Amino acid sequence: MTDLNRIRNFSIVAHIDHGKSTLADRLIQLTGTVAERDMQEQMLDSMDIERERGITIKANTVRIEYPAKDGHTYVLNLIDTPGHVDFAYEVSRSMQAVEGSLLVVDASQGVEAQTLANVYQAIDANHEIVPVLNKIDLPAAEPDRVKEQIEDVIGIDASDAVPISAKTGLGIPEVLEAIVTRLPAPKGERDAPLKAMLVDSYYDPYLGVVVLIRVIDGVVKKGDRIRMMKTGGTYQIDRLGVFKPAMQDIAELGPGEIGFFTAQIKQVRDTRVGDTVTHEKKQCATALPGFKPSIPVVFCGLFPVDANDFEDLRDAMEKLALNDASFTFEMETSAALGFGFRCGFLGLLHLEVIRDRLEREYDIDLITTAPSVIYHVHMRDGSMVELHNPADMPDLTHVDHIEEPRIKATILVPDEYLGDVLKLCQDRRGEQLDLTYAGSRAMVVYDLPLNEVVFDFYDRLKSVTKGYASFDYQMIGYREDYLVKMQILVNDEPVDALSIMVHRDRAEMRGRAMCEKLKDLIPRHMFKIPIQAAIGGRVIARETIAALRKDVTAKCYGGDATRKRKLLDKQKAGKKKMRQFGKVEIPQSAFINALKMDG
Amino acid sequence: MAEPWEAGGFGLYIHWPFCQAKCPYCDFNSHVASEIDQARWKAAYLSEIERVSAELPGRRLTSIYFGGGTPSLMAPNTVAAMLDAIRGKWALANDLEVTLEANPTSVEAERFRAFRDAGVNRVSMGLQALNDTDLKRLGRLHSAAEGRNAYEIARDVFPRVSFDLIYARQYQDLEDWRAELAEALTLAADHLSLYQLTIEEGTAFGDRYAIGRLGGLVEDDTAAAMYDLTQEMCEAAGLPAYEVSNHAGDMAQSRHNLIYWRGGDYAGIGPGAHGRITLNGQRQATETDLSPLGWLRRVETQGSGETLRETVSGREQAEEYAMMALRLSEGMDRARFVAMNGADFDPDVLNRLESLGMIEVTEQKITTTLDGRRVLNAVLRDLLAEAR
Ligand SMILES: Nc1nc2c(ncn2[C@@H]2O[C@H](COP(=O)(O)OP(=O)(O)O)[C@@H](O)[C@H]2O)c(=O)[nH]1
Ligand SMILES: C[S@@+](CC[C@H](N)C(=O)[O-])C[C@H]1O[C@@H](n2cnc3c(N)ncnc32)[C@H](O)[C@@H]1O
Ligand code: SF4
Ligand SMILES: [Mg+2]
Repeated sequence: MTDLNRIRNFSIVAHIDHGKSTLADRLIQLTGTVAERDMQEQMLDSMDIERERGITIKANTVRIEYPAKDGHTYVLNLIDTPGHVDFAYEVSRSMQAVEGSLLVVDASQGVEAQTLANVYQAIDANHEIVPVLNKIDLPAAEPDRVKEQIEDVIGIDASDAVPISAKTGLGIPEVLEAIVTRLPAPKGERDAPLKAMLVDSYYDPYLGVVVLIRVIDGVVKKGDRIRMMKTGGTYQIDRLGVFKPAMQDIAELGPGEIGFFTAQIKQVRDTRVGDTVTHEKKQCATALPGFKPSIPVVFCGLFPVDANDFEDLRDAMEKLALNDASFTFEMETSAALGFGFRCGFLGLLHLEVIRDRLEREYDIDLITTAPSVIYHVHMRDGSMVELHNPADMPDLTHVDHIEEPRIKATILVPDEYLGDVLKLCQDRRGEQLDLTYAGSRAMVVYDLPLNEVVFDFYDRLKSVTKGYASFDYQMIGYREDYLVKMQILVNDEPVDALSIMVHRDRAEMRGRAMCEKLKDLIPRHMFKIPIQAAIGGRVIARETIAALRKDVTAKCYGGDATRKRKLLDKQKAGKKKMRQFGKVEIPQSAFINALKMDG
Repeated sequence: MAEPWEAGGFGLYIHWPFCQAKCPYCDFNSHVASEIDQARWKAAYLSEIERVSAELPGRRLTSIYFGGGTPSLMAPNTVAAMLDAIRGKWALANDLEVTLEANPTSVEAERFRAFRDAGVNRVSMGLQALNDTDLKRLGRLHSAAEGRNAYEIARDVFPRVSFDLIYARQYQDLEDWRAELAEALTLAADHLSLYQLTIEEGTAFGDRYAIGRLGGLVEDDTAAAMYDLTQEMCEAAGLPAYEVSNHAGDMAQSRHNLIYWRGGDYAGIGPGAHGRITLNGQRQATETDLSPLGWLRRVETQGSGETLRETVSGREQAEEYAMMALRLSEGMDRARFVAMNGADFDPDVLNRLESLGMIEVTEQKITTTLDGRRVLNAVLRDLLAEAR
């Protein structure tokens, strides 16, 4: 057990790519936590897919022992949190487990949208904040200007910001000293009943569920019988330890310490982040306030390309869900796509990560349908229906009004692209909340409907600003608007998987774009195919795929019989990759590509 | 009862794999060789005729077809020796058709009389185009004038003459083709083969197409208009289409090719020749060695050029029959299809295709309409799709 005064718990907040993971690596390396030969780039980003994309999805912790200049050895616990907006809520929860933050800002880039979003969370959690200016080895680094920006935009004192290069190691000792001298020690009562916060949990195929905790009061030991105060579960601790970052067993964890335990817990769902861990018998008096569970906000259908993969897909989803309580799925049948699943995600990145993992780790080809948000459909009888799938839209005669989720989006952008960004936000039904300048960068804050953002807003933003804008958002609630379900009719029959919810004023434009896209995506048939976008019974856009005019083999004699028969077999196999819809065959790729907007 | 193949007749296909030059569009088994030992080749063909006839005794031969490659480059005495041998092996139909494919250069024209004397009674000549620019583009060695000259000689020499044109060529438009076809119809006797240019994989055109370097290709909609125009003009000139790309006057159809399209039996001799023969009630598909020298050595050392023989299942026979017979304006016999397939077509699919105007259906027959034939591959995909 470590003396409270010799413990410092902290997290690192940064915009993506500003060097959070690199700095963590340096801290681990310089303190000899990992032998040089075991060091791999970005120790903390453990999952392959995370490392590949350079993003962290789940919280990780590492315990570092640091002999400080004052002659004492300190235990530093770093919690590394996901940097992406989809996981903002997870970040806010982990922040409750530590007392301070290093605010890392790339000195060649300056403050970005995620810098702001993350630092505000740290401020909300009452953290002491040490600003760190990274990448000062770069010729483009302007530490003084960035210091000023931190003070202007964020409003915290940056006079003692630590200039470093996480890449070369310059300034790392100063960072370690700042952690010890400037961040507060944790508080806690060793003799009080056990009170620990459940920080996160993940599933390990060998160990079962591994639970990350921060002890507040009391002491926990291996073999102790514990109780989770919210879920009510009681368990016996099998294994207790800390991450260095490899797992290392420890006899006990006392106040202020961060570590993990395993206790024969079957699935992540049995644990709840923010729950209070106490002893089964000798309980603490009051539980921690806890957190709302994070809930999916974006939904889409995932269907196996090959109907025979359905069961494999179910198995794979179950495995992923074991480790990710915020990913939900339930079976869905679509007239167009057959059997599949309606899945819920924290955001688009989360959606992409899960879909990628299903395709890559489990080798299942998938058809993804249009992402949708949750609409609140208020019925005439006063009840409210949560609509996850436009295909389930109730009969309009019973509907009173519809509400949609809205977000507050913060965008930082160099001056020269501001006009384009404002236009994009305006086109997406945004309402400007704020526009301020920090040097040559503008910070715009918009109130936007989430449904305008889920599909390709981020891609469009990147393309109109050549990648120079940064973006972050938070949900701000529901608001009524004139929303309608737009159906796509192919050859006069509605295709459920292509239905979308859209604002009435944007319906013509979206409808035209989708019809034009589908015209190119669906091959010609023996008859002409009308493609229509319709609201209720009213057609608002229309295209026609001309009939196939010529498809015949010019020469076919005795020597061609075998070859032509095999070609026909191949074409028949190709037909199976199409989805038969009424008389029309629609290629799988059409379902997602039809939604891409070019403008 | 007669075997099903008898409805289609029995023919012999003989493949000659050499040409003077390889045309850039051509994916036939044709090769350019500096030296050809005609005597050695003659012996090999005679040996194969011996082998095949021993296996298929007692049949009456409806047709013999020398295809290529360029069989008009064969030594006439080789052709004569083969035809002599064949006459000794099988009973011949009274109206036995003996066709030889010919290229229209002076080299070949000189041999026409000798071919006729050997027993060839029909020539199919590859004129391909009637203007020099397009002939060059098609990589042909002859000029338009040479082509016509050879054609006139052939008409004098042979009782039946047909010629081939390739249309929907690079840079051709509807009016170009209207004029050229009108001219062709003035030249035509009673048979014409009119093929739309197909870009085949593994040819020079195919390679250029793959890298986007084949300009002026005709769009599908224009090609369709050209096809319709072709049907109209040929019909008006008394040469209606009897197959997708073949037109003939009364009784002037190619009997040999009708064997293929009607699902008859044919034996294949020569490099890469395919056969379909019914033996003991089973239909066999045969193939021979594709490489000219490989085939030659195989015949010489193993006594057979055959490299493949496999039974064609009922379903496969049915598919082949439908693929072939629906090319014909006379259509296909439903009872024959059912006998091979064990089951009839899906009535819903027939109804749908009929209501789209692609086919006409009676108790006995299914016939493609002009619209149906123009998109026959799509019609076949639907007709032969496995039940979902
Ligand atoms: N030149 C330079 N590059 C750095 C420095 N720190 C990090 N990087 C690079 O910046 C990129 C993003 O760093 P990373 O630690 O993954 O950022 P994160 O997204 O905040 O975790 C990587 O290519 C790092 O190598 C630095 O001090 N100087
Ligand atoms: C075996 S080939 C040619 C016979 C002969 N060697 C000649 O070239 O005249 C039969 C016919 O098929 C046609 N043909 C060959 N390749 C073609 C292609 N790629 N597209 C369209 N027609 C083709 C030509 O009209 C050709 O005359
Ligand atoms: S088109 Fe005729 S001449 Fe040209 S390569 Fe083919 S077979 Fe030989
Ligand atoms: Mg990182």
